[in-house]
Amino acid sequence: MKTYAYFPGCSLEKMAHSYHLSAMETARALGVELQELDDWNCCGATAYFHVDELLAYTLSARNLAMAEKEKLNLVAPCSGCYKNMFFARAHLKQDPDLAEHINVALAEDNLQFSGNATVQHLMEVFVHDVGLEAVKARITRPLNGLRVAPYYGCQILRPRKDHEDVEQPRFFENLVGALGAVPVEYPLKLRCCGGALIITNREAALSLVRNLLDSAVKARATVIATACPLCQVNLECYQKQVNKEFGTEYHVPVMYFTQLMGLALGIPPSRLGIGSELVAVMPAIMSAQQKEPAVAGP
Amino acid sequence: MNAAPAETTTARTAPPDNGLSFVQEIGNLLHASAGNPISTCMQCGTCSATCPVASGGFMDHSPRRIIALIRAGFKDQVLAANTYWYCASCYQCTVRCPRGIDIAELMYALKRYTIWKTKYQKGLIGPVFSETFVKTILRSGRSYEPVLATAYIFTYGLPDMLQEAYTATTLMLKGRIPLLPTKIKRLDNFKRMIRHIIPLGDSE
Repeated sequence: MKTYAYFPGCSLEKMAHSYHLSAMETARALGVELQELDDWNCCGATAYFHVDELLAYTLSARNLAMAEKEKLNLVAPCSGCYKNMFFARAHLKQDPDLAEHINVALAEDNLQFSGNATVQHLMEVFVHDVGLEAVKARITRPLNGLRVAPYYGCQILRPRKDHEDVEQPRFFENLVGALGAVPVEYPLKLRCCGGALIITNREAALSLVRNLLDSAVKARATVIATACPLCQVNLECYQKQVNKEFGTEYHVPVMYFTQLMGLALGIPPSRLGIGSELVAVMPAIMSAQQKEPAVAGP
Repeated sequence: MNAAPAETTTARTAPPDNGLSFVQEIGNLLHASAGNPISTCMQCGTCSATCPVASGGFMDHSPRRIIALIRAGFKDQVLAANTYWYCASCYQCTVRCPRGIDIAELMYALKRYTIWKTKYQKGLIGPVFSETFVKTILRSGRSYEPVLATAYIFTYGLPDMLQEAYTATTLMLKGRIPLLPTKIKRLDNFKRMIRHIIPLGDSE
């Protein structure tokens, strides 16, 4: 069993608790141990970088140093946490002076950053480390006929981490396909959901959410799958406001990819946190599967 | 959107008698960026076209135009713009810039610059929100959504506030809103660590 230092991030404590539950259940079913990083702190989100860059790097460095102490690589389910810690590590490794400065601060908590722990997104662990063939082999309830819009969002892809394809990625589609579901092609799969603008510029954020919902619904998606708690909240919890603002009638469930994986792996919905969403998930899934049993891709 | 700068204000490309020109200041802010300097920008407009917020008409100056204004020395117009505070950090401009400029990082740098100078467009929620967020984390080590939402609630009118309260209540009934903030265990160490980075004066 492969073990990772698991960094849930602040959102997964409550707002996105279903992501946490489904991540743990799915990982266990796939033989991956997610060992929660003891006493982790906030990654700094985007707000820290608005105020002070050095402070933002220090917050991430503390988490990285704690993972190093455990001799484990770090995995984050939230795209924002993933991006922050990935680039904090890259930046500190490149700039030893900065790392030294931060290490003086980390010494207050008996920690030291050396850059040994790598940072991955949870989806990367499932797609790359576990592998889609191994995922397929454990599926007991394929999601045949379910039309899923894989929503990448931003920070799982951007900024570019290495030489990966940030314009035409396929890993999310491949994962959805491996579960037996139909990955829906729609033009806005890489577009921003508005992120924290939902607080700081509501009008702009609602308009971005409307565009995304429109794009996914026009492609006849039954559910939208996300890999980030902020994307999930913006797309799901603000659907009502979007409908009010634009006179639309969207009613699309927005699920975490781990919940879809969990269902396909035969885990009961309640253990995946299904039931805490504002747009009910199960009725849509049941009726989609009854209507279109085991059809081929689009 | 993209209104011409007021005629009364003039551009300053030459440095003032003592000190740096605006374009030099911004260049310094980006000294650690992995991207190319904004002097390499060819004004193609890929950033503005790819920006979901600019192309939605929500920014008073597009990212391309902000770069042009910086290079032409229109400091007042840049500091008064909402552009960077309406950047959602989606990094689409950064990955698509044919000149390899890290435009999203430029937006971050401008946010920090205006917070540092306490000179930003009146009425923006972004700066207040960011500062509230940072203070929350310095106090407890973790973020706490209800505190963050107040930055929004006190700025908008009553109907919006009721709508927000309705959503919050629904989420609370679903168990998705924390009732109490969580704190990290080694908070004293954490605070001492932070004090090496920024002097906080008396804690709290």
